[in-house]
Amino acid sequence: MLVMQVKPEEEILSRVWGRRVFIFECFGCREVHFPEEKIETLVEKFKEKVIGKLSCDYLCRREFVQDYINEYCQEIERAEIILIFSCGVGTQVVSSLLEDKIVYTACDTLYLNGFQGLTVQDFNCNQCGECYLNYTGGICPLTNCPKGLLNGPCGGAKNGKCEVNPEADCAWELIYNRLKKQGRLNLLKRVFPPRNYQKIITESLLRKGV
Amino acid sequence: MSFAEKLNKGSFVVTSEIGPPKGTEVEKMLEEAEVLRGMVDGFNVTDLQSSVMRLGSLAVCHLLVERGLEPIFQITCRDRNRLALQSDLLSAYVLGIRNVLVLTGDHPILGDHPEAKPVFDLDSVSLLKVASTLGEGEDMKGNKLDGKPEFLLGAVVNPGADPLELQLMKMEKKIEVGAKFFQTQAIYDLRKFEEFMKKVEKYKVPILGGIVLLKSAGMAKYMNEKVAGVSVPERYIKMMAEAKKKERPRISIQIGAELIKGIKQLCQGVHIMPLGWERYVPRLLEASGLA
Ligand code: SF4
Ligand code: SF4
Repeated sequence: MLVMQVKPEEEILSRVWGRRVFIFECFGCREVHFPEEKIETLVEKFKEKVIGKLSCDYLCRREFVQDYINEYCQEIERAEIILIFSCGVGTQVVSSLLEDKIVYTACDTLYLNGFQGLTVQDFNCNQCGECYLNYTGGICPLTNCPKGLLNGPCGGAKNGKCEVNPEADCAWELIYNRLKKQGRLNLLKRVFPPRNYQKIITESLLRKGV
Repeated sequence: MSFAEKLNKGSFVVTSEIGPPKGTEVEKMLEEAEVLRGMVDGFNVTDLQSSVMRLGSLAVCHLLVERGLEPIFQITCRDRNRLALQSDLLSAYVLGIRNVLVLTGDHPILGDHPEAKPVFDLDSVSLLKVASTLGEGEDMKGNKLDGKPEFLLGAVVNPGADPLELQLMKMEKKIEVGAKFFQTQAIYDLRKFEEFMKKVEKYKVPILGGIVLLKSAGMAKYMNEKVAGVSVPERYIKMMAEAKKKERPRISIQIGAELIKGIKQLCQGVHIMPLGWERYVPRLLEASGLA
């Protein structure tokens, strides 16, 4: 099942405030646990700034999303912010397709159990429960950096390749390059506190037997 | 004078590195340290370097304290979660350790237990912050400590990193959370190091330039290919390639001394990583005018 939580209202409002917003809303796994009502009430608060909204299935499928983006290209072009209601994978897909745009996720992903792997191709989400994508240009530091670092690179990358897996690009260099392109390097100045593992552990402790 | 006092006074400092053995035979390692008594201001003790399981840094630091040698306790985020890291910092303090160098650590996959769980519960920045907080008398949750460990905290930086800007951003964070000195990755290119120093001068934090003695031309080429931020100039590779095997240490010391002399003009110290060539360190220091 998929469990998502909408990020705190103040956080989202502070990000979208006064800006033209385009919304992607994913209903791929809505049967399970999608905070639909909450999203509606939230979007209501800045609805005059919403210049377009796309509800779709499986935002994790890159090809589909590319088609949608082509279809809505004018609205997306005009938008100052792309706001995503989906799991971490959907946000990463959209971020990768709209590299020049500021893409924000409005959700924290807690569970993808059972759903993960259905359609996912290029991206992964570890369901950390406190999504970092808004600070990393839509590139997940937990699934792309083998050390899951939050405060920048380990310093082991050589020629842009990860010290752990030289086949792959260093996630932090990708993050740096994307934020630089967007003129948002100041996001990297923030000192991140350590992860809160209770976000995931509590969920697993609450799990009913199989 | 202690390492911290020397640093604060602005004197030029020299540190060297000790790699604990794989096993319990510590005599050879301690002899190597003994040879440098009076020549260096601190001994970094590595924490399962290259992710290879071996004797711990904490115990070896303590052995040095007992012998009146000053250790710099290297602590990585690879193997311990936040409870164990905090606890080990308390332990280090009661064992007489006063300097700590915080690193992220290599991934276990690169070592001799590649199947191990990579921990990285904290990273170098958050661990530095935690260590600073402990020094103020609280654990990372804000619980009061009965007796606080006040360390001199250090961190690492790689002057050859590309993109350097990203490296500097992390360095700034480390300073912000309490790093009071930096040791660098091995330096072979003084011009590049000078550029780096110009960029970091404004932080007013002591930097100890890293020195790794070249053992052969092959090692230099390997490092150029594999080691992050290291580029050994062709000239040095040629010098090593042309030297006969017996001559290599002499040539290597000559190169090392040239680098140290250069570094001395640019920053506040050198950090020597002998990697098995501990016996040549005294000669290197002599040749560099530091002994
Ligand atoms: S940061 Fe990564 S693991 Fe955490 S919710 Fe976002 S995509 Fe998932
Ligand atoms: S090289 Fe980059 S991606 Fe690889 S572990 Fe280090 S920071 Fe993470």
